[in-house]
Amino acid sequence: MSDTTDGQVLTTQDGKPLKAALAKALRREKLRALLLIAPLLIFVLITFVAPIADMLFRSVENGIVAETLPKTAFALREWDPGSGNVPDEEVFAALYGDMVVAVGEKKHTRLGSRLNYEQSGISSLFRKTGRRIKRMDEAGPFTEQFLDADKKWGDVSTWQVLKQFSPKYTDGYFLNAFDAKRGIDGIEMKPADERIYMLLFGRTLFLSIVITLACLVLGYPIAFLLAALPLRTSNLLMILVLLPFWTSLLVRTSAWKVLLQQQGVINDFLVWTGLVSEAGRLVMINNQTGTIIAMTHILLPFMILPLYSVMKTISPTYVRAAKSLGANDWTAFWRVYFPQSVPGIGAGAVLAFILSIGYYITPELVGGTSGIFISNRIAYHISSSLNWGLAASLGTLLLVAVLVLFVVYDRIVGIDNVKLG
Amino acid sequence: MSALPPYASPLQRTWFYTFRIICGLIFFFLIFPILVILPLSFNAQDFFTFTKEMLALSPEGFSFKHYNDFFTNPDWQQALKNSVLIAPIATLFATTFGTLAAIGLSQSHVPYKPAIMAVLISPMIVPLIISAAGMYFFYSRIGLQGTYMGVVLAHAALGTPFVIITVTATLVGFDQSLIRASASLGANPVTTFFKVQMPLIIPGVVSGALFAFITSFDEVVVVLFLGSAGQKTLPWQMFTGLREQISPTILAVASLMVAISVALLTVLEMLRRRSERLRGLTPG
Repeated sequence: MSDTTDGQVLTTQDGKPLKAALAKALRREKLRALLLIAPLLIFVLITFVAPIADMLFRSVENGIVAETLPKTAFALREWDPGSGNVPDEEVFAALYGDMVVAVGEKKHTRLGSRLNYEQSGISSLFRKTGRRIKRMDEAGPFTEQFLDADKKWGDVSTWQVLKQFSPKYTDGYFLNAFDAKRGIDGIEMKPADERIYMLLFGRTLFLSIVITLACLVLGYPIAFLLAALPLRTSNLLMILVLLPFWTSLLVRTSAWKVLLQQQGVINDFLVWTGLVSEAGRLVMINNQTGTIIAMTHILLPFMILPLYSVMKTISPTYVRAAKSLGANDWTAFWRVYFPQSVPGIGAGAVLAFILSIGYYITPELVGGTSGIFISNRIAYHISSSLNWGLAASLGTLLLVAVLVLFVVYDRIVGIDNVKLG
Repeated sequence: MSALPPYASPLQRTWFYTFRIICGLIFFFLIFPILVILPLSFNAQDFFTFTKEMLALSPEGFSFKHYNDFFTNPDWQQALKNSVLIAPIATLFATTFGTLAAIGLSQSHVPYKPAIMAVLISPMIVPLIISAAGMYFFYSRIGLQGTYMGVVLAHAALGTPFVIITVTATLVGFDQSLIRASASLGANPVTTFFKVQMPLIIPGVVSGALFAFITSFDEVVVVLFLGSAGQKTLPWQMFTGLREQISPTILAVASLMVAISVALLTVLEMLRRRSERLRGLTPG
């Protein structure tokens, strides 16, 4: 196609070339669309994306040694931890200079508690040294005076931790999150009794799979029934699925707390029927059972709704055709109906799984110690142990897992096909 | 499966009824926990289980004392006030920005649409604990941690994806030539928006707003980290109540919240029926 006739450029009424006018109109249209989107985009970038980026940054950020002890950090560059000797007098002199400033600004205890995450005992070392620093002789020699203040200054491992965390960025939090640490000969696993995060990640994964499977087993018949029933009946029954979906998460969790307790409704009922003796009341809460039951209930609607919307599109004629060709009920279901419902299973299962691995509230309230997830550990590090870097690195790992799963979900259903209610 | 044919074999008959019983049990599992707290909230004792008097249906077994406690206890009242204050403002932010963006996104030429969509939907995908952690770190840097503003902004961000999804879904059925018709008749874009486009997409906007409202009203993880004691909301109070000093007042609050959910569900269902009727999907 050419936009010219008889060698002449097509123009609009006011004499501009048509191509340019169209391009301008398209540009204006694009700009208008972007202008409409811009307020929300900026809003989400500031209120949501920036915080997530901040978390990612915190998982590697480690300015504290270099900020509090700048001269020491610089002097330690020359020191080789493999030599087996503590650093020389020059480094101790730098440490003295830094500590005087840090104690004056009361920053040394913060550094101590930060490094205590890496090696226990450093917190008290810094506090003790901080108290002694004023009495030290400014002229030196500093090595003896520091060793006199605390013997730990003579340990190579103390200096090794200091040197390791001198750079502005660290992989220490991530190593921690993988239950590893940096020893003298590079990265090594922690002693078996200190490996808690891999165990927690494993448990989160395992419980999420169990919960997803439970949702599938319970959700498939319901979705099947709802899709097969006439619209009027299925709309009524749908309320039974949507009401839990719309009920507050805490309401449902409190309901399970009430039901599952040892003095709760289910146990009372079982004792009344005589199935369980008064002394043998079942322990169904504050353990994995509690987490699995409550979370299956909470996530079940998320399984049923996508399954239902897929099953609704399966035409009943295929099953009828299969039966007319001689298939029995089971064959017709398993060979004809079930394969067509697989996209729904995929969508529902991935959705339930994604929601489940990030859950915090329900495991916290009904999970006890054996039923908690990695999220609960993240929350613990934010609010109780104040090890924000470790919380951030655990969060980053969880985020990566969820994003990978979400890409899978996007392949199966497509983000544009997400439907609500 | 919808009806048993007259020629069904005994085996088919058995399976037909077994399947219905199984489904009935699953429906029971879905709905029973929610229903059971309603009678328990009228318990005259401070127990979490049915007392003998309640089972005998004698009037002494029931009372409004837990409801009374909820309406008089300053802690719960403060929480209620905060919830009622935070959720509508967050909804307003989310709905305004979300509707505008959804209209922008439904135009025919949007550059970088997949990337923009991914960013705008992300608050819904990222697990709440991670959003809470990130927001806690970042908001304490900029001094919003422990303020109403911080909680409102966070809740608004969490609610926007729902508005985007519902409004974009309604805009799929929106005839863009109506806008051109309106413009050719001399209306400016603002008039067109309020007189032509808005009335047609209002069901989507309202259901999006309801989703955003319930997101904020039910949200506990983010507010737990981001808020200080002054911003305690109802879910927060319930959470601490369940974790520490378990008091039956929680059941009264839970029952009230179930009532709110039922009301919201009814509104949404009415909206859905209306839009289906308008599109001619279901008769009557």
